[in-house]
Amino acid sequence: MTTATPTSVSTQGGLWAHLVYVLRDNPVTLLSFGLFAFFVGSALFGPYLVPYDPLTTNAAQALQPPSFSHWFGTDNLGRDVFSRVIVATRLDLSISIAAVALSFVIGSVLGAIAGYWGGWLDAVLNRVFDTIMAFPLFVLAMGIVAALGNTIENIVYATAIINIPFYARLVRAEVNIRRESGFALAARLSGNSHWRVLAFHIFPNALPPMMVQVSLNLGWAILNAAGLSFIGLGVRPPEPEWGIMVAQGADFVVSGHWWVALFPGLWLMLAVFTFNLMGDGLRDIVDPRRRT
Amino acid sequence: MMLSIKDLAVGFRTRRGEVQAVRGISLELAKGETLGIVGESGSGKSVTSFALMRILDAGGSITAGEVTYSGIDLRRASERDMRTIRGREISMIFQNPRAALNPIRKVGHQIEDVLRQHARATRGDAREKAIQALRDVRINDPEARYHAYPFELSGGMCQRIVIALALACDPRLLIADEPTTGLDITTQKAVMDLSQELIRERGMASILITHDLGLAAQYCDRLAVMKDGEIVETGPAEAVFANPQHTYTCRLVEATPRPDASVRSLLPADRRPPELEYTPSDQPLLEVRDLRKTFAGKAGPVRAVKGISFTVNQGQSVGLVGESGCGKSTTSSMLVRLLDPTEGQILYQGNDLAQIPAEQFGKHPLRGDIQLVFQDATDSLNPRHNAGDCIAEPLRRLAGLRGKALRARVEELAELTGLPANLLSRFPHQLSGGQKARVGIARAIALDPKFLILDEPTAALDVSIQAVILNLLADLRARLGMSYLFVSHDLNVVRLLCDEVIVMQDGEIVEAGPAAQVMTAPAHPYTRALLSAAPRPPERVLETEPLAEVQSAL
Repeated sequence: MTTATPTSVSTQGGLWAHLVYVLRDNPVTLLSFGLFAFFVGSALFGPYLVPYDPLTTNAAQALQPPSFSHWFGTDNLGRDVFSRVIVATRLDLSISIAAVALSFVIGSVLGAIAGYWGGWLDAVLNRVFDTIMAFPLFVLAMGIVAALGNTIENIVYATAIINIPFYARLVRAEVNIRRESGFALAARLSGNSHWRVLAFHIFPNALPPMMVQVSLNLGWAILNAAGLSFIGLGVRPPEPEWGIMVAQGADFVVSGHWWVALFPGLWLMLAVFTFNLMGDGLRDIVDPRRRT
Repeated sequence: MMLSIKDLAVGFRTRRGEVQAVRGISLELAKGETLGIVGESGSGKSVTSFALMRILDAGGSITAGEVTYSGIDLRRASERDMRTIRGREISMIFQNPRAALNPIRKVGHQIEDVLRQHARATRGDAREKAIQALRDVRINDPEARYHAYPFELSGGMCQRIVIALALACDPRLLIADEPTTGLDITTQKAVMDLSQELIRERGMASILITHDLGLAAQYCDRLAVMKDGEIVETGPAEAVFANPQHTYTCRLVEATPRPDASVRSLLPADRRPPELEYTPSDQPLLEVRDLRKTFAGKAGPVRAVKGISFTVNQGQSVGLVGESGCGKSTTSSMLVRLLDPTEGQILYQGNDLAQIPAEQFGKHPLRGDIQLVFQDATDSLNPRHNAGDCIAEPLRRLAGLRGKALRARVEELAELTGLPANLLSRFPHQLSGGQKARVGIARAIALDPKFLILDEPTAALDVSIQAVILNLLADLRARLGMSYLFVSHDLNVVRLLCDEVIVMQDGEIVEAGPAAQVMTAPAHPYTRALLSAAPRPPERVLETEPLAEVQSAL
């Protein structure tokens, strides 16, 4: 009511200022972005910084508990668990980001078309998504990988396919409620074609809820990829990957060598935790209404 | 005194610290009295009523003052006592009747719920009492309506149900918060007359909260005018309306459209620039011939527009008046070429635009000539585009302007519509209602249209802002020589801007003619019903009034 001044900050080149504001406003967001930066750093520079080669075996050092020289201990082949956990970040992150990007793009296009034009196209697409969602998603992903072949690309495709319906449905709903809104009609009066109205006027308004979905999905995608390799699909040993490392370490938990499974599991959990927390922050960043 | 409010202050905790919504107001209400609380949006009138019912939103609290109802201290009463008081002693009617009713329960059951909650009925006689309550609010065939769901009923019918709910337990005080906003004018009259009658019959006291000074003056004994959380004036309704003391009340009274006003006289007396010269020509610009639109409905075809014909001359303003569902929005969608007519011609300077499919009209050279100002400015602005981008959009797409030329034109349009240039970088949610309306108008006139359709451009605005926007539209017409088709449900507003008026009912034109003639000597019974349903505030005698009339006549 009486606040007339503080709005001008957010205007030109204010994205950075807005980012700082969002991070400062919510400590949880700050924490999640910090963790995310750590994971991205591990993915980019991890392989050059780790103290040991993640693949070199050393039978003399097998199953050493965490110590000063091996922070997370060593596994049954004497490989340094810390180095392996850090190096695995790149693979796990790439799989999940590639899968989520793919499902984001495909889901957005299909959902936007279904939501804007409706009709038989909408009905057909919806039934297809229903069909995908009717499967237990993990089993579906297993089936896809088993059918297409046991490679990392196919893990990405399988993860993308099972996530497409979530994006498509979200975008469909967001587009559908704005299809007849005043600003969409106004855009048509300004000489925009239907495609332009959809792509440049309506779709950007669906971004804030999409961002929440993206960050949740990144977490699921990591779990999914790790789960597939846990049961022996996709990534193959000796390649370091959190899912495989947990699977291999599980054999040694009973004999008291807890660290082999614990640390990759912990990193997996931290990564999923980070992405889940990031959702609200990402939404606040892409939503202009938060810039006040 | 039945209800007394002393120095009531209500604050809300927000991200920017505490905001005072109500700043120490005092009110008294006697038994059987009707009090009107009048104010514009943000004045704190609704918050006051929420505070005394103790149903404030999270973060809101009464920070000071006392509220006493029949000796009970409402501020300190326990939540349990409040539950008994709400509905049984004090009940409330909300603005949107559909939102106030549970959409998945039969209306009869909803009334039973209230009756049984307050132990006014037992399992055995609840149904009978609910039907009686429906009968009391003059619902035809209450036994059948008992089984209706809210979505099966019209807006006016839903509001009657809400009134039945509010009155079911014979409360002694009824608070109506904008009970008729969003209803058609004839429905508004029916609902207000009914509730007034019921209140009188039962000897209840009531508080009517509204933005419409005319409505409050007609139905209330006493008025309290609120502004920025404070009461600026109270007094008997007639006195407040006829002889307002506070400058804000004066401005409100003047800004309320009434049969004798000119568009300039709505503005405060000290801010009335001379009216601009404006002469409509006899050359027809747009001719509509036997225009029809039929939609495919689930229960057979719906004939929304049943063959209408009219002409708009160059520089002329024509009002299209009717209530919801009369086909006026369908007509304006067809004329602005967002919707294809089923049959008929739209002759624009001799070209039949109805032949061009709406899909292709976006690229047509005449696209810029015919534009629309939307009803709800908030809805018509993309939340992700700032004001400048919104205005620039048609210039970019249709006029091909870029860079400096584009910026210069946007700034020129902002100046023309009275929008400060520093607001151009703001997003819609950072603008006020009036500013958003200006952005919408600037966008619509960006391409120098010859024919502008105004779809209730002021319906969502406060009266004082409405006065400013109507004057802006009058000035723009005179400066740019546009023709207007002013679509509205409010004859008093239409009359201010229009030379000709067309009245529509059920997809047909029932009356058309010069505005003055339709207003003073309506021929069709529907037009007469519309005119008589408009709130009729007491006559006001102000020494400034004749002066304003002389000015406008010159």
